[in-house]
Amino acid sequence: MASTPPSRRSFLALSGLTFLSVPLAAACGGGDSGRMPAAGGKVAFAWWNIATTEPGKSLFPQLSTAFTDAHPNITIKTTSLENEAFKSKLTAVTSSGRLPDVFQTWGGGVLRQQVDAGLVEDLTDAFGWSSDLTPVSLQAYRFDGRTYAVPYDVGMVGFWYNKRLFAKAGISAPPGTWAELLEDVRKLKAAGVTPIALAGKEKWPGHFYWAYLAMRVAGLAALGQAAAAKDFTGAGFVRAGSHLKELVDLQPFQQGFLGAGYSTPGGQAATMGNGKAAMELMGQWAPSVQQDAGGDLGADLGFFPFPAVDGGLGQVGEVLGGGGGFALRKGAPKEALDFLKFFVLENQSKLLASNGYLPVVKGAESGVADANRRAVAESLARATGFQLFLDQAYPPAVGQEVNDSVADLIAGKKTPEQVTTSITEAAKGA
Amino acid sequence: MSTLTESRPRPAVPAGGPAPARQGPRGLRSWASVAWFLVPALVLFLVFVLAPIGVAVYTGLFKWGGAGPMDEFVGLENYTRLFHDRVFLGDLERGLYLIVLSVTVQLPFALFTAVLLNQRLRGRAFYRMLFFAPYVLSEVVTAVLFTMVFLPGTGMADHLAGALGLEGLRGKWLADPSTVVPTLFVVMTWKYFGFHMMLFLAGLQSIPDEVLEAASIDGAGVWQRFRHVTLPLLGPTIRISVFLSVIGAIQLFDLVWVMTAGGPNHSSETMAISMFQFGFKRYQVGYAGAISVVLFMISVVFSLFYQRYVLRRDLSGAITPGGGR
Repeated sequence: MASTPPSRRSFLALSGLTFLSVPLAAACGGGDSGRMPAAGGKVAFAWWNIATTEPGKSLFPQLSTAFTDAHPNITIKTTSLENEAFKSKLTAVTSSGRLPDVFQTWGGGVLRQQVDAGLVEDLTDAFGWSSDLTPVSLQAYRFDGRTYAVPYDVGMVGFWYNKRLFAKAGISAPPGTWAELLEDVRKLKAAGVTPIALAGKEKWPGHFYWAYLAMRVAGLAALGQAAAAKDFTGAGFVRAGSHLKELVDLQPFQQGFLGAGYSTPGGQAATMGNGKAAMELMGQWAPSVQQDAGGDLGADLGFFPFPAVDGGLGQVGEVLGGGGGFALRKGAPKEALDFLKFFVLENQSKLLASNGYLPVVKGAESGVADANRRAVAESLARATGFQLFLDQAYPPAVGQEVNDSVADLIAGKKTPEQVTTSITEAAKGA
Repeated sequence: MSTLTESRPRPAVPAGGPAPARQGPRGLRSWASVAWFLVPALVLFLVFVLAPIGVAVYTGLFKWGGAGPMDEFVGLENYTRLFHDRVFLGDLERGLYLIVLSVTVQLPFALFTAVLLNQRLRGRAFYRMLFFAPYVLSEVVTAVLFTMVFLPGTGMADHLAGALGLEGLRGKWLADPSTVVPTLFVVMTWKYFGFHMMLFLAGLQSIPDEVLEAASIDGAGVWQRFRHVTLPLLGPTIRISVFLSVIGAIQLFDLVWVMTAGGPNHSSETMAISMFQFGFKRYQVGYAGAISVVLFMISVVFSLFYQRYVLRRDLSGAITPGGGR
């Protein structure tokens, strides 16, 4: 998770480094962009992705080679970086104003900042084939009716549960409402089962609870309005926090969850995969991470959407999620968009067959083989509304404050009211 | 000492440089060659140390998200915000706590081990190597290792706590705001005490046996010999050790970042971690710049004062020739 931290060196070197780390990182890097079409119709562009693990690691180069074979005048210079390394490097090149031609984006607040700085190409007019893609998949990259990236993956968060442990506690069907969920947590505890696995150290898994509760109680529209008005103190948000506190008060999480990581040994995914907790609220990647970190629950693993809250404005069909897309630097060669069309639209079946991505093309969900992934894909296809993960949707300072404050609420250090005032303060300061 | 030096025959060429009478062209030429040899180092220092310091100070005066033009000048607002920031004030408090622990627990422990391993003892080289080994490990490897040791439920620390009857500690360690800093300190001590032990050992070796012998002939016991002979003669080493410990605690980052990322709930956050959080997670680069300036100022002020008032007697003579009076 951690990217190259400095080691303990002599005092002067380190105090120098301390300074270097922020502004110099901003000043260096990013020599790959600024490529112009050369003479003779030859085009070259840089493509930064995060495909350092399978299946993308072999699939992405395969697709780019297929494209350049069909278009010999085009050269693609690919750079694949690990997730965190990519984010650090992109931060650096963003501040220098020199983005690569085509780059991975998760949309939301970070992309918005890049767009506002005039660094990203507006794709709306050239991207006619966006009508072939699901509206849910495009949402994260749309601001004020304009589209700034092409999605290649989209997913959502829901409850992954262990059917065997639910049966052990005498629960026959997954809960449909928040009250039922709380009741099931009590039953699980009574049966000696840890109800929920949570990675308290990483904070973002905790924010899913508050975000979903806010969606269910205050409604989707309220989340957008609150961000625009920089005011999260509405009654709906306070109630969302109170509902989360109801859950926290039942002490549903595994022992030592405040220090637990997500995919690390003994973390949230391992606890789930080893059958030591009955459920986790996590994205579509949960089954594969469980297998890597703990074990494969196989047919015992099930999926249910986040339950409804009585009296809330939101619907069960509204999903919290996120995906991956590619954005273009302002002034990138137009062939780059042709490549993305080839990559996303013409190779949807290959992306799905690799079992690493979920469909962004309309009607493609039947092509998902794995049962768990298909359950997610179908929920997404039926979705009546979509909210991007709050820590990505909002400006980074606000998103991180959501994560921080909700983590404080879960640890019993903040009241639901304090959570909303902290987020409001961050929004006003950002 | 001075009588000894004077009775020695004077060297043919004085070490202190040419005589004042002949200083004209030769002095200029040697000055020019000194300047010439210094240029590469100065340029590097300027580009990679001084310029970034300037940039950070400048960035700290703006509200800047890291993208686009830096055009929102806020003056000292970042600094006022800093000193009202609960987390940052906590950083300062935790830094002080770690410094106090380092100096009062870690260093005495290292000194004790060094004194033990300075005795004639079977397998002494082996023990020295054993205690020094953790220092050679990378911070990240250490952190990952101890994350597993302190894993709730299954970690070694929990088994140990159970066996020792410390049931209250089980499942806490890194996962509880009240135990996380002491737990981190245990890891820091494990990693760094060997280094200080090596420094102390080197210092102990340089204490002549004759002095200790003379003391015991005069009737000094073990404790008296340690207190009145070993300890004062070890002074310079101890002062350097304290200096390195304090600077290390102020700049602590890697171990904490990997083990707790500053959590739970900021209870193990350090200044360097706050800076990283604001710079690379919240994209408030101006504010992060302000944190880096404060971190730097604390280090500089501390080291200047320390050098001026504590290290002065050890360093004088080492820097300027003929200054050792």
